[in-house]
Amino acid sequence: MSNYISLSEKDKKEMLETIGVKSADELFKDIPGKIKAKPLNLPDGMSQQEVFDFMESVANENKVFDTVLRGAGAYSHYIPSPVKALVSRSEFVTAYTPYQAEISQGILRSIFEYQTFMCRLTGMEVSNASHYSGATAAAEAALMFLGRKTKVLTFDNVNPDTLAVMKTYIEARGFTLEVLSSKDGLVDTDALEKAADDTVACVYFAQPNYFGLIEDADSVAAFCKSKGIKSIGGYNPTALSLLKTPAESGVDVATGEAQPLGMSLSFGGPYLGFITCMRSDMRKLTGRIVGETVDRDGNVCYVLTLQAREQHIRRERASSNICSNQAHCALTAAVYLATLGKKGFTEVGEACLSNAHYLAEQLGNVGLKRKYKGEFFHEFVTECRGKAKDIEKKLAENGILSGLCLSDDEMLWCATETADVKALDRAVKLVGEVLK
Amino acid sequence: MKSIFEYDNAQTENYIRPLTVQKYSLKKELQRENLDLPDVSEYNVVRHYTKLSKTAFGVDDGFYPLGSCTMKYNPKLNEEVASFKGFVKIHPLQGKDTLGGCVKVCKMLADSLQEITGMDACTLQPAAGAHGEFTGLLLIKKYHESRGDFGRKKIIVPDSAHGTNPASAAMAGFDVVEVKSNSEKGVDVDELKKIVGDDTAALMLTNPTTLGLFEKNIVEIADIIHKAGGLLYYDGANLNAVMGIARPKDMGFDVVHFNLHKTFSTPHGGGGPGSGPVCCTKELKEFLPYPVVNDGFKMPQNSVGKVTAFYGNFSVMVKALCYILTLGGKGLKEASTCAVLNANYLKSRLQKVYDTDSDRYCMHEFVLSLQKLKDETGVSAIDVAKSLIDYGIHPPTMYFPLIVHEALMFEPTESATKEMLDETADVMLRLYQEAKTDPDKLHSAPHCAVISRPDEVKAAKDCKLRY
Repeated sequence: MSNYISLSEKDKKEMLETIGVKSADELFKDIPGKIKAKPLNLPDGMSQQEVFDFMESVANENKVFDTVLRGAGAYSHYIPSPVKALVSRSEFVTAYTPYQAEISQGILRSIFEYQTFMCRLTGMEVSNASHYSGATAAAEAALMFLGRKTKVLTFDNVNPDTLAVMKTYIEARGFTLEVLSSKDGLVDTDALEKAADDTVACVYFAQPNYFGLIEDADSVAAFCKSKGIKSIGGYNPTALSLLKTPAESGVDVATGEAQPLGMSLSFGGPYLGFITCMRSDMRKLTGRIVGETVDRDGNVCYVLTLQAREQHIRRERASSNICSNQAHCALTAAVYLATLGKKGFTEVGEACLSNAHYLAEQLGNVGLKRKYKGEFFHEFVTECRGKAKDIEKKLAENGILSGLCLSDDEMLWCATETADVKALDRAVKLVGEVLK
Repeated sequence: MKSIFEYDNAQTENYIRPLTVQKYSLKKELQRENLDLPDVSEYNVVRHYTKLSKTAFGVDDGFYPLGSCTMKYNPKLNEEVASFKGFVKIHPLQGKDTLGGCVKVCKMLADSLQEITGMDACTLQPAAGAHGEFTGLLLIKKYHESRGDFGRKKIIVPDSAHGTNPASAAMAGFDVVEVKSNSEKGVDVDELKKIVGDDTAALMLTNPTTLGLFEKNIVEIADIIHKAGGLLYYDGANLNAVMGIARPKDMGFDVVHFNLHKTFSTPHGGGGPGSGPVCCTKELKEFLPYPVVNDGFKMPQNSVGKVTAFYGNFSVMVKALCYILTLGGKGLKEASTCAVLNANYLKSRLQKVYDTDSDRYCMHEFVLSLQKLKDETGVSAIDVAKSLIDYGIHPPTMYFPLIVHEALMFEPTESATKEMLDETADVMLRLYQEAKTDPDKLHSAPHCAVISRPDEVKAAKDCKLRY
């Protein structure tokens, strides 16, 4: 049958004898006859070779693009070879959540390092051990502050997936998410001031926002502080190679999608949500947290800590239900940042910023004007003279995944370090042909 | 051992292609002041993480009988398939006409999960088991509300339930009511009858229960809940006992979540990523999270909304599908049968000296109570668990379920060899003797690990959470 069962027929016979039953069927006698299953209507198992070949044919039914100029929440980056090689070590891959610290120091230390990396990237003081995705991280970051105050304010220039997930989580608990209109693609501070009444617990904004624009995070944070409201920023971690940090802007909680830190696109997952905050809010943080301590003999070591917040201790009064998270993705992010280092990671940021500005300029030259004036990092929106779908099709025929069509007349483009000037020029030329 | 932050000043600038366009810089006021990351040479990075990996313990390293966690072997084939370029280089927002392979994976997996549980519809979006619970409970909430029934605020959970059950119920906006266990550690049916009413939204149940016993009264329990207008939620944490043997739908359940990282052999990764698909009856289909990729990106009419970005942990789904294809229908049943056989064999060897909580045949896991041993020798469950580490065996789950004193919960899974089970039984019997002759040795275990008995109170008091 399957290679994954190690018992021989002889083993089984001996084991049944030890148990004192004639056949394994007797072990299931507690199951009432009328709910015993008929044989599953699934095909017989295949050899590993057949599964390999079949799955390869399935993978080939997808189209792999040579050039990816689409982001919108999932970013194509170069992943240095040591990252995959190291995180694929089976001690990391096949371990459980590190409840048993004595044989899990490697996992615990990797998470502790990840927490440190995220703190250094954001300037914040505390990081959790990971969340499912940037969207769920945003949702749970908002839930940290809901209770007596019942409303979250956010803006329509936040990734629609993030907004949708926030809405699900926040409304499930009976709280309210109010989505304010943006102005010129940016947070509208007048709208924010009008909406910020006594019921508002926190404000969520994205940095850069869904349209790629860099927000005035300082002003949002300062306004929130003046009203006793918590500010939560959803940051792109690649942008933080260059961009002013949430801590420098005075933001209370920095969260986001850390997929760009070494995780492949993989049709949307697994990705990596992060939540970082200041020590004052540390006990509200959701998810696993690793802390340093000493063992019986005084050796420095690491354990899961602040567990009194968590479901296995506090049950229905826990700060979240999260149990399995994305630990292996957190390890990946740590190894990615460790490999690239300050210099390498800064180069990634500079390449994204420079390539995106080059692409925007060249697209402008063939007639695709940027929709918003504000400064951007590696994404921007262009108008498309009604030809967004045509552009997408033309580029796809040539192995290029274009910007995302936001409408027939708008596209959200992204350039990272993966595309060089030749690839960018080729895309622009094709766009020019469509517009002719 | 040095931390990664103590290495510095190496060359790390030859990873990225030199700029091919003119360099662009942000205005000074938009820039961060300083980026405080170490520059570590590649060889030092490799040595550092290799060293870390050697102080971790995975399924590949040895026996991992961690109850409730189903730490079965993670096939290498599945890892390789999940890393095919045609899967990893796919952007989630590509045109649907370029995603045929991904959709096929989702559909084949969802169809298989529906067949295994007997259910009618499926979402693959939830990223983990608890996330699946949250999603399933939202379906239940929306179902009641869509019928104009707004008074169903209560979720009933047994006192033996996983902690995620009540926590998920709270996340979904419900109140939690606990139902006591009976003398056989199943749901106390008389108690249940007293609790149910027109405010009952659902009962969440694990079957086999967290004691590793099949809930014999399941049909009656389902009847009580349904007659009261409530629904029955199946926590799939223990599905590994019953694949091809009994289906949740036939037991009377309406919603099921899976843990692909338990039952379907995908690795735990030191705490995720997992994947927690939810299957449900046709009555609940219209409430599934959108889009339903396995149903051609369908947008259900009365969707509960999205529960995570994009479509969930796709790579994990690829691995689970490979597992199902390799085993086939008969192989899945064989896996469950051997998981139950292994558990009963280990139990029968251990119950010669240890108190098992029940003399019924167990399913895929069983619980020992070390209360008597503790009373006699002072040696507690944690002492025995930590002692196993010195023998290269991962400890079983400790102090769960909460209703058993000094609990140790063993789940060998079908992957365990008879040799592993015999070794573990021998070690456990030896530890029982040592508890009587040399209890101090067990109190101070482990003796051969890199650390021993960390001070958890200090960790929580100091809150040193970063370098």
